[in-house]
Amino acid sequence: MKLHDRGRIIAGILVFLIAATFPFWYGKGRTIAPPDLKLDTPAIAQLSRKLCVEPTPYMRANHMKLLVAWRDSAVRNANRSYRAADGRLYTISLTGTCLGCHSNKTQFCDRCHDYAGAKPNCWSCHITPEEVR
Amino acid sequence: MAPTRREFLKIAGVSAAGLLLPPWAPLAAGQSPNPAVPPAAGPLPALTARRWAMAVDAAKCRPGCTDCIAACHAAHNVPDFKNPKDDIHWIALEKVGHVFPAEAHSALPEPLRALALPVLCNHCQNPPCVRVCPTKATFKRADGIVMMDYHRCIGCRFCMAACPYGSRSMNYRDPRPFIAKLNPEFPTRTKGVVEKCNFCEERLARGLFPACVLACKEKVLSFGDLEEPGSEVRRVLERGFSIQRRPELGTGPQVYYRL
Repeated sequence: MKLHDRGRIIAGILVFLIAATFPFWYGKGRTIAPPDLKLDTPAIAQLSRKLCVEPTPYMRANHMKLLVAWRDSAVRNANRSYRAADGRLYTISLTGTCLGCHSNKTQFCDRCHDYAGAKPNCWSCHITPEEVR
Repeated sequence: MAPTRREFLKIAGVSAAGLLLPPWAPLAAGQSPNPAVPPAAGPLPALTARRWAMAVDAAKCRPGCTDCIAACHAAHNVPDFKNPKDDIHWIALEKVGHVFPAEAHSALPEPLRALALPVLCNHCQNPPCVRVCPTKATFKRADGIVMMDYHRCIGCRFCMAACPYGSRSMNYRDPRPFIAKLNPEFPTRTKGVVEKCNFCEERLARGLFPACVLACKEKVLSFGDLEEPGSEVRRVLERGFSIQRRPELGTGPQVYYRL
């Protein structure tokens, strides 16, 4: 079987393969340090027990699901209280409860979201303490 | 070997008896609630109603006063684009002839014709905006508040076309730079969503009356549960004749005007 324009086709395939696999071999062997999340806000310093709404591993993996559940609960069902798994009661509020402790959005939320390439659009409407003039 | 019938019944009986025991004490002891966390959304218990309604005793309205608008727009981060084309309002003042086009006629006394009435979302019993919303971003709560879930709004503006009262405004531009002073208690909106009055749902949850009602020094606005005899709104409405905006459309507006 004869392959027309063999040189160009093979060169094109090679260029494509190099470009498509570039991120893999370019980043090979390099380790990007995980983000350094700051938990040293005044509100957290005052807590007697350093506990988030739910245990830290759960929050790390599922905070987005919790926030969506909170959003639907507050907006759609007008229910603004949340009973944590261990019985503590929280007010459902992103800016009040979450940012009440994590008042350093740029050093907490953003660092991990940038690292993970996540682009949540919460902040196009919700106001962070750092923004209040 | 499979258990015999007698053994099976014994195990089943012990298991059933276990259900009657109280929860394991050491497990429950570790669950003491954290006292540092507030138990409710605010210091006051939430206000609830079967049907929230507002009465506007317009005759008491002081000419030129915009206290209700200022209070509402400051509380809800409503932008001011200084341009009528992009205007966003939750509450506004309108001439009687515009608010009640069927009732206003040329022989009305001049002070009445010149009177500007506060107009806001009527929180209709049968809201056309809810009916047309393709994403259910606008919905009606059990207590009658027609609310918006800005997370769901896609900016199609069907609701603006459906609302016969012009109560809705579209964010054609990013509103953030046009908010004089951010109120951190309430979110802003973003470009491409529609917004409107929410009867201060977020304040009711904290036990507070709407911002416009509290801001009015002349007590023009009264708010309460329409289905609760003796509520503030009912007491005002019982004083005499009141009208709704364009009730013939069948929307069942819940803002009542006394003129």
